Amino acid sequence: MTRILTMLMLAVLMPLSLAMPAAAQLQVRVDEGNFKPTPLAIPDFEVRGENAEMAQDIADVVRADLESTGLFDIQNPASFIQKDLSIDVQPRFPDWRIIQTEGLVVGAYEELPDGKIAVSFRLWDVYGGEVMRINGQPGRRLTTTPDNWRRIAHKIADSIYTRLTGEDPYFDTRIVYIAETGPKTERVKRLAIMDSDGANQQYLTPGTNTVLTPRFSPSAQEITYMSYEGGRPRVYLFNIETGRQELLGNFPGMTFAPRFSRDGQSVLMTQAQGGNSEIYLMNLRTRQSRRLTDHPAIDTSPSMSPDGRAIVFTSDRGGSPQLYIMNTDGSPRTCPSGGRDVACRITFNKGQYSTPVWSPRGDLVAFTKQLGGRFYIGVIGIDGKGERLLTEAYLDEGPDWSPNGRVIIYFRESRPGAGPQLWSVDLSGRNERRVPTQTDASDPAWSPLLE
Amino acid sequence: MKTTLKFTAAAAVVLAVGACASQPEPVEQVEEQEVVEVVDNTPTVTEPVEAEPVAPTGPAAGSLEDFRVNVGERVYFDLNGYRLDTDDQEILKRQAAWLESYPAVRILVAGNCDERGTREYNLALGERRASIVKDYLVSLGVNPSRIDTISYGKERPIAAGSDEQAWALNRNGFTQLVSGTTS
Repeated sequence: MTRILTMLMLAVLMPLSLAMPAAAQLQVRVDEGNFKPTPLAIPDFEVRGENAEMAQDIADVVRADLESTGLFDIQNPASFIQKDLSIDVQPRFPDWRIIQTEGLVVGAYEELPDGKIAVSFRLWDVYGGEVMRINGQPGRRLTTTPDNWRRIAHKIADSIYTRLTGEDPYFDTRIVYIAETGPKTERVKRLAIMDSDGANQQYLTPGTNTVLTPRFSPSAQEITYMSYEGGRPRVYLFNIETGRQELLGNFPGMTFAPRFSRDGQSVLMTQAQGGNSEIYLMNLRTRQSRRLTDHPAIDTSPSMSPDGRAIVFTSDRGGSPQLYIMNTDGSPRTCPSGGRDVACRITFNKGQYSTPVWSPRGDLVAFTKQLGGRFYIGVIGIDGKGERLLTEAYLDEGPDWSPNGRVIIYFRESRPGAGPQLWSVDLSGRNERRVPTQTDASDPAWSPLLE
Repeated sequence: MKTTLKFTAAAAVVLAVGACASQPEPVEQVEEQEVVEVVDNTPTVTEPVEAEPVAPTGPAAGSLEDFRVNVGERVYFDLNGYRLDTDDQEILKRQAAWLESYPAVRILVAGNCDERGTREYNLALGERRASIVKDYLVSLGVNPSRIDTISYGKERPIAAGSDEQAWALNRNGFTQLVSGTTS
């Protein structure tokens, strides 16, 4: 009976699907104004081995990753009609159309003779009635050691996300941040690291010195940050694998606000002495530094464009903190105002702007804005046009971009006296959500996609 | 409707007046009793003074406590500001004079900011505040080699609150005596 029904429905739907052009295949549009999450079914994976629990855990992480984007409505398994899914057999599409699922992920978990595990999966376009090819293949199979199971899950979620949205992946990444404990007047701050979904939290420094503003190198192997080690605030390089810390440069005064250049060969930082802050670029190989700014005002928080040719930074040369862009080589630019100058101001709306971070795609700058006793995370075009505020709170500060430039992570104090927590928001301003940490947390930075 | 309201209001006034008229009596009685209890009837004991007179109590001259109590270790800045007003200048003049009296003392001037700014900008602002304090002390004759500076940005608040009063206290230049005090 079911089979007859299926055939009947197929007969009805076939001409429709044939008539549809290839471009009408399931595609999630991330920028749609009138947004509705796409229904996606991810049944438990088929188990070919002993550890059914791990198979379940992997599927759970895939679901959680995709759900966290706000782009997908992960279907309740109780609604599933077809229970006999197999990775090598085409699913009964009508069973999935009835529950109005648009995408279906079918996975299989295997334990290999050498002790490793493998997960295979296929992504089905339920209404199109066909498998969605990933890198030209009708499915993917990933193999790893069992202790690495979360990374397999993130990679599966990345594949599905990229296939459905056309955006670059970002789940198989890490986040470094400052873990905060203790009373406000005696705060203990430690460097901490975790997976992008908050799993595997680890503390990298003991908390004896206050540490601030960690940032990843493009290889995700190193972090640059500021530490009060030895009672002097200075910029350090930290190797995640070895735990070794190394002072960067031998500047008089203090150094702070470090950030890697896009090629990872240099570190931008601020050096302050005698009441004046200037931005420097230090080559990590030669250890030679070059001063980029030259102004008696505060110049700090540099962030480099993806092509390395310009930096955006905070300066109060105009009387209050605002964002400026200058060429890395110091040559004059044509400013949004029309004139030519070494540094061009790009923020002209009411309020104070700071903590600029150039987007990985190069077209936007994320910032913290202060206005009327409130703090906002926003983005603005590098031409100073199209300012959009994405979040607002008592304190929202310190944005950083996911490596694909779709999501912004930042920290928030939701009300006066509340400890800081990590939050993320989609570039559209939708899907504001807490990123879980064990302690209060601030200064998040997103790693590039892991190798 | 209006009449009812008026009536109710009038009744409330009457009630209130009645309450006022009857209440104060017991209160005054309590006060009288307290006055009676204050009278001290214990016999006076006269004892000979055996201890030698000592110098007035207070912080030892040249000590950290002396500096804290008699000089003042912090100056306070306006919102986003780094100018020294006349009150600040008075405190720094006292600091300079005190430092002249105790030439072995070395100081660390820390610049602090309130929580209503972003971290890195506040680190720069704190450095600017510390430098302003140092420059003023140097202009008053303190040898610059005796003064180190540091910025804590918004990392070292002294008031834990999140209100105007706490923020005002947390925007400060803090002169810390690091060595050479008498105790």
